[in-house]
Amino acid sequence: MQKEVMFAGFGGQGILSIGKILAHAAMEEGKEVIWIPSYGPEMRGGTAYCMVVISDRKIGSPIIKRPQHLVAMNRPSLDKFAPEVKPEGVILINTSLIPVDAGRSDIDEVKVPASDIANSLGSMRSANIVALSAFTARSGIVEFDTMKQCVKNEFMKKPKVLELNMLAVEEGKNAAVN
Amino acid sequence: MGKVFQKPEAMSSNHTHYCPGCTHGIIHRLIAEVIDELGIMGNTVGIAPVGCAVLAYNYFECDFQEAAHGRAPAMATGIKRVRPDLTVFTYQGDGDLASIGMGEIIHAANRGEKFTTIFVNNAVYGMTGGQMAPTTMPNQKTSTSPFGRDVESVGMPMKVAELLSALQTPAFITRQTVIKPKYITRTKKSIKKAFEYQLANKCFSLVEVVSTCPTNWGMTSLDAIKWTEETLLPYYELGDKKLPE
Amino acid sequence: MGKILMKGNEAIGEAAIRAGCLNYFAYPITPQSEVAEYLSKRLPEVDGVFLQAESEVAVAYMIFGASGAGERVFTTSSSPGISLMCEGLSYVACAECPAVYVNIIRGGPGLGGILPSQADYFQATKGGGHGDYRLIVMAPDTVQEAVEMVMRAFPLAEKYRNPVMILGDGLIGQMMEPVEFPDHLKTEPSNKNDWATTGMDTRKSKTKNIVKSLFLDPAELYKKNIILKEKYDIIKEEEVMYDTYNMDVDYKMLIVSYGTMSRVCSTAIDLMKADGFEVGMLRPQTLFPFPEKEIFAAAQKESVKMLASIEMSMGQMVEDVERSVKGTRPVEWYGKAGGEVPTPEEVIEAVTSMYNKECA
Ligand SMILES: Cc1ncc(C[n+]2csc(CCOP(=O)(O)OP(=O)(O)O)c2C)c(N)n1
Ligand code: SF4
Repeated sequence: MQKEVMFAGFGGQGILSIGKILAHAAMEEGKEVIWIPSYGPEMRGGTAYCMVVISDRKIGSPIIKRPQHLVAMNRPSLDKFAPEVKPEGVILINTSLIPVDAGRSDIDEVKVPASDIANSLGSMRSANIVALSAFTARSGIVEFDTMKQCVKNEFMKKPKVLELNMLAVEEGKNAAVN
Repeated sequence: MGKVFQKPEAMSSNHTHYCPGCTHGIIHRLIAEVIDELGIMGNTVGIAPVGCAVLAYNYFECDFQEAAHGRAPAMATGIKRVRPDLTVFTYQGDGDLASIGMGEIIHAANRGEKFTTIFVNNAVYGMTGGQMAPTTMPNQKTSTSPFGRDVESVGMPMKVAELLSALQTPAFITRQTVIKPKYITRTKKSIKKAFEYQLANKCFSLVEVVSTCPTNWGMTSLDAIKWTEETLLPYYELGDKKLPE
Repeated sequence: MGKILMKGNEAIGEAAIRAGCLNYFAYPITPQSEVAEYLSKRLPEVDGVFLQAESEVAVAYMIFGASGAGERVFTTSSSPGISLMCEGLSYVACAECPAVYVNIIRGGPGLGGILPSQADYFQATKGGGHGDYRLIVMAPDTVQEAVEMVMRAFPLAEKYRNPVMILGDGLIGQMMEPVEFPDHLKTEPSNKNDWATTGMDTRKSKTKNIVKSLFLDPAELYKKNIILKEKYDIIKEEEVMYDTYNMDVDYKMLIVSYGTMSRVCSTAIDLMKADGFEVGMLRPQTLFPFPEKEIFAAAQKESVKMLASIEMSMGQMVEDVERSVKGTRPVEWYGKAGGEVPTPEEVIEAVTSMYNKECA
């Protein structure tokens, strides 16, 4: 089985790093995985996205037209990628910044005010972790605890950020389950 | 009441792609104003560098050519030698001009090619993600000098304006900055002078502009201005370095 | 050592260190600047040499100098930078210095773009610089294979005293995949360097060594060219590397594709197989030497009606595929360039339509 997740949002929202955390988690579980970033010149203002492909056998094409799942952190990302998501996929919508639906009835829509939750925890910067956690809890793409451990590993060296992000992990899960 | 803020005619209405707090945009505007004031828009050819200003051709309303990394002065030479009636300027970053293109700029200056160079010194490679430039300050951390610029290994930052001033061929060479309004006025005067020398068929001219790159310096716009004032300006002293005889 | 998740560019840097190469000269360029950024931290840890040069022209001669002095050395760049190194490559090849070059190709020609491409195939395999010279060229399809090829590149370069180039594309450089490195760090050079400018005192004979490419006497230069040709002929015999996909069935069509493009094709082949259309693939791992005989043999299979060279360029390798099959089967090309990478769906469409046109 191969699953693809598209993470998309503004540059600076930590899109690439949640993709990496998921890729790490998949690797920890012994799966094949590729993390493919959008890359470009340094100049700001654009959208950032990355694709994580997870499979139990060797991965062929790193070029994916239609991902299984989408984590959309801003409106342009949802508009652009939601129509591409394969039926029965999960689309996570950061409702703090996206006032609309995915407009699809054949997918599992998860609405999480990720930026607001992060804000209430003390820093907008953990909105990405809230979203990753909610997405993982809902999609079951990797074990929730594997993902949690990978978040821990990622921020091990910064105790303050770690604490915040562990809260974000919990809140994200709650938001997805409710 | 007349318009207070008006876009120079030589500036296009495209939005620039520069980061917030980047000074490339201000410098573009000053050049466009000078082109307007001198009424040379229809007779000017700009040369875009390879660097963050690679898309400069989208922001000016005059003819443009795009060079390979560092080769703008050679292209300008080509244009100016075959069409001396055109007003020609290059717009180059410090990686472009002072690293890969050092040969081209020195020889163009030494031959006294009659074009104008606007040299944007922001102490890093902006476009490729903040690597060390020849102008990077001692101990300044960049993505290829993670422990800070080690002058024992790579030497002191290059003072391009002074270096070129050591050449005998008459030229107008100056260093300015645009981090505050008072400096902006002086920079504009210098750019205008540089173009005027070219129009008078006098000499090669270069205006070095000490600039900011908040993105790759990892600073807010305000901190970037402060850092420029406290760290760059004491080393890169402002003022005219060479005037034509 | 277990698997670690690494960006292709960083893995390439680490692989060189594991291959015992502690000397690196380079100039930043997207999409491979991460190699330099990684090594600027990593090489000081192993007492290596890291220098950001003033240009790729300078890099080419820093490499020439270091290699000529008998040290293991490498560089990485992307298309426009490699173009600037081509002059130096010609000198290095003539002086028979071993060195490793990695080209993480981006869209061209000219300043082009920064997205993945394979449009430097001709430049790498047919020259690029002047004169009759050849590089050994390898093209990985995964980050793990990039690591293995970098590690293989140094001994190969030293065995033949010839420059070796690894051709990747922006994706190979930018994507992360799990990789495994061998634990050991190789340090002994595999050749004796008795030709290098290591100083006369290092040789019992006390004779001097000269590393050069000037041969004013045409007879002497001709001789040099013959020596080089003989070497390239041996390389052609000995060093071909390739991989196959779905070639154990009666495939009707044979795709020849390499690097990232071949991965896209493998997915396309799986999908076509599910639809009952058997397509095989031969993936050259070395582009020079090119698996000519192997492609010829694979094309002779009775079930094979035609071949397709599928590339992220406007048709370069297709000339070598045509040359290999010697007119025994029709050869078509499909590809995209400029940073566009065909999707499996596009490959399927192209492959089916060329098959229907040619064989219906
Ligand atoms: C031959 C070649 N080498 C390297 C590059 C990659 N490159 C593009 S811009 C740049 C440096 C830009 O820095 P600078 O000139 O300081 O301008 P800034 O972006 O800071 O304005 C480099 C190295 C290239 N395009 N061509
Ligand atoms: S990267 Fe630096 S030089 Fe480039 S646009 Fe941004 S602030 Fe300006």
